[in-house]
Amino acid sequence: MGKTLAEKILTDNSGGDAHAGDIIIARVGLAFVQDGTGPLALRQLKESGLEQIANPKRAILFLDHAAPSPSRELANDHITLRQFAEKSGVQICDVGEGVCHQLVAESYANPGEVILGADSHSVTAGALGAFATGMGSTDVAIAMALGKTWLRVPESFRIEVSGRFTNGVYAKDLILHLIGKLGADGATYKSLEFSGEAVLNMTMSERFTIANMAVEAGAKTGLFPTDETTQTYLDSRGRGASFRALSPDPDADYERVITIDASSLEPTISKPHSVDNIALVRELAGTKIAQVFIGTCTNGRLDDLAVAATILNGKRRHPKTRLLIAPASSDVLKEAISAGYIQTLIESGAVLLPPGCGPCVGVHQGALGDGEACLSTANRNFKGRMGNPEAFIYLGSPATAAASAIVGEITDPRELM
Amino acid sequence: MLRGKAFKFGDNISTDHICPGRYFHLRSNLPELAKHTLEDVEPGFCTMVNPGDFVVAGLNFGLGSSREHAAVVIKMAGVAAVLAKSAARIFYRNAVNVGLPILICDTDRINDGDELEIDLANSLVKNLTSGTELPVGKFPDVMLSILEEGGLIPYIKKHGSF
Ligand code: SF4
Repeated sequence: MGKTLAEKILTDNSGGDAHAGDIIIARVGLAFVQDGTGPLALRQLKESGLEQIANPKRAILFLDHAAPSPSRELANDHITLRQFAEKSGVQICDVGEGVCHQLVAESYANPGEVILGADSHSVTAGALGAFATGMGSTDVAIAMALGKTWLRVPESFRIEVSGRFTNGVYAKDLILHLIGKLGADGATYKSLEFSGEAVLNMTMSERFTIANMAVEAGAKTGLFPTDETTQTYLDSRGRGASFRALSPDPDADYERVITIDASSLEPTISKPHSVDNIALVRELAGTKIAQVFIGTCTNGRLDDLAVAATILNGKRRHPKTRLLIAPASSDVLKEAISAGYIQTLIESGAVLLPPGCGPCVGVHQGALGDGEACLSTANRNFKGRMGNPEAFIYLGSPATAAASAIVGEITDPRELM
Repeated sequence: MLRGKAFKFGDNISTDHICPGRYFHLRSNLPELAKHTLEDVEPGFCTMVNPGDFVVAGLNFGLGSSREHAAVVIKMAGVAAVLAKSAARIFYRNAVNVGLPILICDTDRINDGDELEIDLANSLVKNLTSGTELPVGKFPDVMLSILEEGGLIPYIKKHGSF
């Protein structure tokens, strides 16, 4: 019997033959925490008595969730993280460098390795063919110290995507559609493995958007095979040497196969208060939106800002709708400035936030008022997520977000394209 | 043997419900953070729960973020164990790592306020109010050993590695 991508990568990193259902000890190639999960990880590390970090060059602390810090307590947490980096030699990405998952994609993740992040959206790096998964602070702390972790080899679902997106439809619409189909726990413990014509044609950025949200169906990881697109991306980041060709065996055993025709999809949206609560954008047309947020590890990359800038070019946001933009990294910001997107977005009435998580998790910047609705390009809309349990969050593509910012209501982007 | 009262919750209780992001600044002040445990689903939960009581939930308990604080604050609030029909994988692992027992069983057979008795060693849940016994899903061996040591840190302190 052939192997799935998950089984192949975990076989390579465990020194044994990894089959779905096995419990293995895997070598961890990269481990990271962020400012929300890092302080607890450091406390646990201290408590465990393990002083040494197995590979400080492959252990990273990110200051992105509350950056710049909105409070004294969080500023003090940042100090703790910086001091630890200095003492232990682990890497640190400080305020303004960007969201951890974007920086992992840009500068750290290698195809074929096991990546653990103390953040659930660590699955993002699966787009580069890394077995990337989120764990809690203690698991990641121990992985940093020992360079290994225990894992259950997941069963896999193959997600076969044929056809091409039609105008106004994007990777975000596809992944929202899939989560609606699977349900918020439909893939719990599983590996989602993407394949098919549409997947081959996707840019790296689109693959990141999809892998990023695998966890919203409960998945342990969301994996893409590596190909020329992967190689070109790694080359462009100066990391071409880390490329490895990876694909599942043709006779691999999949627990489920789900087929989606990309050409049949329409702009899709997730309604409050759960990600799998899916509708078509046009079905919600007219819903008033107080704030639009474009950014996050899901959709804060250059192509996302380009789509938004194209739709907003020469137009203004609706006077009753705030428009917030947070580029996913400082490199994204620089490129968006050079391309003129930032100028366009600001002229349309947008507020530019520093690279980082922005208002995504309700820590600072752009918290919602009682009864307000936000259309966000993020990945989660749980009650209270953006700082207020009395608010409502809709999730959509950057195109849907930009169109809705202009009209002030949920709007199908195809109407403005 | 654990004995206490059931506090019943529904399906899809997320880590944002359990430990809201707006209290991010309290993450290095766990006793304060724990005062807000589950407040977005059950305001005042922390004042109602008694040490040794149980959180009983439906499907997919703990979905969402990897914040281990969600498992930590439930434990700090005095909850002796979580029972659910199913749990999100990161939360499940976190609960075991912080020494909070999490049992997968048919929680439809438990009502809010029921008196429960849990025998962890033998994976047994008894509903004393209804007089029924509920079968419980088994842990993988590695998780059982971690739980028996009281969490991952005591486990590593004792064994040095996995
Ligand atoms: S952008 Fe949002 S989802 Fe992504 S890491 Fe930051 S808080 Fe989490």
